[in-house]
Amino acid sequence: MKTYPLITEILQIVAVLILAPIFIGWIRMVKCWLQGRTSAGLFQPLRDIIKLFYKEVVLAENASWIFRFTPYLVFGVSVLAAAIIPILSTDLSLALTADAIVLVALFAIARFFTALAGMDIGTAFGGMGSSREMMIASLSEPAMLMAIFTVSLVAQSTSLAQIALVIGHGPFILRPSLAFALLAFVLIAIAENGRIPVDNPATHLELTMIHEAMILEYSGRHLALIEWASMMKLFLFASLGIVAFFPWGIAGGSLSDIPLAFVLLAMKLFIAGIALVLIETGLAKMRIFRVPEFLGSAFLFATLGMLSYFILE
Amino acid sequence: MEFSPIILSSLSLLSLLFAAIVVPLVISSQRLLIAISFSLTAVASLLAVAAGCWVVGSGLINKLILPLGLPNLPFHLRLDPLSGFFLTVIGLLGFFVSIYSIGYVKGFLGKRSVTPLVIFYSLFMAGMFLVVLADDAFFFLISWEVMALASYFLVMFEDEKTENRRAAFLYLVVAHVGAIAILLSFGVMAGLATGFETFNGYTFDAMREAKFSSGWATVAFFLAFFGFAAKAGVVPLHVWLPEAHPVAPSNVSALMSGVMLKTAIYGIIRITFDLIHVFPWWWGAIVLFLGLISTVMGVLYALMQHDLKRLLAYHSVENIGIILIGIGLAMIFTSFNLPILAALALIAGLYHTLNHAMFKGLLFMGAGAVLHATKERNMEEMGGLIHKMPWTAALFLIGCISISALPPFNGFVSEWLTFQAFLLTPALPNALLNLLIPLGAALLALAAALAAACFVKAYGVTFLGHWRGHHNPPSAPPFMKGGKGGVEVDWFMRIGMILPAIACLGLGVFPTFFIQWMDIIPEQLLGSKIAASAGAFGWMWLTPVSHERASYSGFIVFLGILSVVAVVYLLLHTRRTAVRRAPIWDCGFGKLTNRMQYTATSFSMPIRRIFGFLFNIKEQVRITPPVPPFNKGGGGGLHYHLRVRDRFWNLFYQPVADASFWVSRQFGRLQQGRIHIYLVYSFITIIVLLVFLR
Repeated sequence: MKTYPLITEILQIVAVLILAPIFIGWIRMVKCWLQGRTSAGLFQPLRDIIKLFYKEVVLAENASWIFRFTPYLVFGVSVLAAAIIPILSTDLSLALTADAIVLVALFAIARFFTALAGMDIGTAFGGMGSSREMMIASLSEPAMLMAIFTVSLVAQSTSLAQIALVIGHGPFILRPSLAFALLAFVLIAIAENGRIPVDNPATHLELTMIHEAMILEYSGRHLALIEWASMMKLFLFASLGIVAFFPWGIAGGSLSDIPLAFVLLAMKLFIAGIALVLIETGLAKMRIFRVPEFLGSAFLFATLGMLSYFILE
Repeated sequence: MEFSPIILSSLSLLSLLFAAIVVPLVISSQRLLIAISFSLTAVASLLAVAAGCWVVGSGLINKLILPLGLPNLPFHLRLDPLSGFFLTVIGLLGFFVSIYSIGYVKGFLGKRSVTPLVIFYSLFMAGMFLVVLADDAFFFLISWEVMALASYFLVMFEDEKTENRRAAFLYLVVAHVGAIAILLSFGVMAGLATGFETFNGYTFDAMREAKFSSGWATVAFFLAFFGFAAKAGVVPLHVWLPEAHPVAPSNVSALMSGVMLKTAIYGIIRITFDLIHVFPWWWGAIVLFLGLISTVMGVLYALMQHDLKRLLAYHSVENIGIILIGIGLAMIFTSFNLPILAALALIAGLYHTLNHAMFKGLLFMGAGAVLHATKERNMEEMGGLIHKMPWTAALFLIGCISISALPPFNGFVSEWLTFQAFLLTPALPNALLNLLIPLGAALLALAAALAAACFVKAYGVTFLGHWRGHHNPPSAPPFMKGGKGGVEVDWFMRIGMILPAIACLGLGVFPTFFIQWMDIIPEQLLGSKIAASAGAFGWMWLTPVSHERASYSGFIVFLGILSVVAVVYLLLHTRRTAVRRAPIWDCGFGKLTNRMQYTATSFSMPIRRIFGFLFNIKEQVRITPPVPPFNKGGGGGLHYHLRVRDRFWNLFYQPVADASFWVSRQFGRLQQGRIHIYLVYSFITIIVLLVFLR
């Protein structure tokens, strides 16, 4: 076994584990500035997670093993996904494990268990969150597949490393198909990560929460794992967007490229964070039954991308 | 005669016939009858699996001509890798279900005689084996009828219920309309093979040799496809399926959904790729289209159900759709002369056939276990069973994950392969298909995600939360009334479910083995295989076309998730943080009851609202105003009534049913009940015959 892919693999997992909370911290910071508040700093999410690990776990009386197992599984899925997406380097020892479709399915299994955990305790909130989450997921999945389809038309592959290589190393062409796919992907990422305008990660208002409703009964280390995993999920979606649409700078097969790749990644995420905050501050959360239209337009954009590939390219 | 796979499968058939005919005559004790005959069917199934594996592994083609049948028209048997594969699938699930049945059928003891169940169960299995073994049209149809009639009697087993009789009748009608279409299709092919004067065209060999003109081939194909689609429950011919499957005993439902539907898939593959083997692309496009419709409609209807077994039955419609998508794509690729891609699509369809047999069998057995313990099929009256039935709950969960196409279980592998086949359609030299087929991939993604939603609902409402039942019937097990008491099923049933659960995991984690094993089927049918590329990176990696195109490793996904979970768990548990149990947060309301949980109906409400236009929905809210004195239970009530019906019923079936009733009524006028009028009829008939046929 070659050592280089193994080293980048470990580096990358560690980077994702630490950078994900910092990325969230950055988003919250920019949001505070835009809304004229004082921010708690870049490292507050990290401190929150550490604090939660030391707290006592309060389990609902009715909770079964599914409720206790879910946080570990969700976290495990996120770590595995972090090992697969070529964030720092395209040469990872686990890169072959999954292509874009498997990756989507990996997030789906985390969601499946989170939704079950929401049903497990038997409160109406949990069920409500699960029901809505699954509804949103069912609508975002076709759009996601269509976006993958469009990208795979360009790259002739669904393998993430291959997509990054083809798009990053090919001649720079402004492709309308990729522009549409990017637009679709942004909408899907917003929906999948429960950001405004689909869901509000900061709300605990009973009737509007979706993701928060499912995890309402979690506490202590379980909550820490779930929160950490959802931060990683946002980070991973951002990097997925980078891999597919802005892969310039991702390291190839030599260790000396890694520092540059790291700096470029930080810069891209810096911009992605600002863009997300602008979207979130500019829009209000929409009614739940407007979400189908939102995701419908994502699907439409992805389909337009596919069509424009066949017609224009 | 030398020992060969076909002898092995004949042995299996003989032991099934022995279990059906001799055992019930000899053994009078019902308890012993169950043990002996289901053990026999289990052994017979294993024999069939051995024969099937042998033939697929070696690629042999075995033939046998039986000294039975009509004069000069003997029955032909043939075991080739395609039959061998289906023999394995049927046998494998048959084995699991037979073990399960030893425990499950005991539940009927003391209520009714289980002898018919035992007899028809064995005949049913024998019928399914014969369908895939038959090598001529007569024998195929006879086997087909044995299978259909045996399953009809199994659906009718609890015949005191009107619902069962209705469902069984509907099943019988649809099965026979389908059988007529298949018969006609064989007639067309046999006639074209050797001319209509002789009967020699009835063997499949003659049909294979024949060259069909495109017009007649189209007629033959669509007749057969109609017939098989009626059996497989392809939308819009699916209406019998959600009626018949739930009312049959659960072990039979498992077989019907898991493998009986697959015999129709077998028929479609046999006729298309083997007997006709040259076809235009639009046949494939129609198969693909119907597959997609079935997939999406099946899962959407499933979401609307709150009867656990009915929900599973609708999911069979969905999964048959997924299999047909693979077959349809394979047909399209074949007709454009892209055999490698066709092989990939066909493998995807066949692998899903195997996978669906495993997880649907498991799920129906799980539903049977729940039914066995709670005497309840309505999910709205269940809940919290994970605490009472830990084994069933865990095994049912594996089934749910598999059917929802989540890695690392098996359902995902075959859906992923189907997606890969979709992603390769830009290679087709047809612009229209290039533009339209990707939308099909999106529909499949929609169906997969909806299936996940549906199984979160099914599992969440049945096994999680608190017990929801509000009026406990007197026969209810003690735990419903708040008491303790184990309701977990016995070990036969558990083993019957554990084995397919292991199969689900194994098929998901080591797909490369199985794909290489069954690669002989596309090689024989399409002249191309995918193993060279699919297994190029060793057993751990599945790379259907090339590793640069796409790759998946179920093993790494499984191991990766498992190891991270284990490491994190160990890390967090070295330091003992207290775990405190507390009541759920009720927002200070203080009066939460179990009836306030989310129900199956409320869970699917958002989806019902979005896709409501596809259903026939009647929603009624009735408010009874409060009447004084309010303190003595005079408070009014809110009644919510919801009825979701299959639109296809009103669209296609009601008119047909009405028309046939109308026609029968018109004919009924002839019946006067007086003898002299009937004599007049006979007289007129004879005169007419004399005039025309003299």
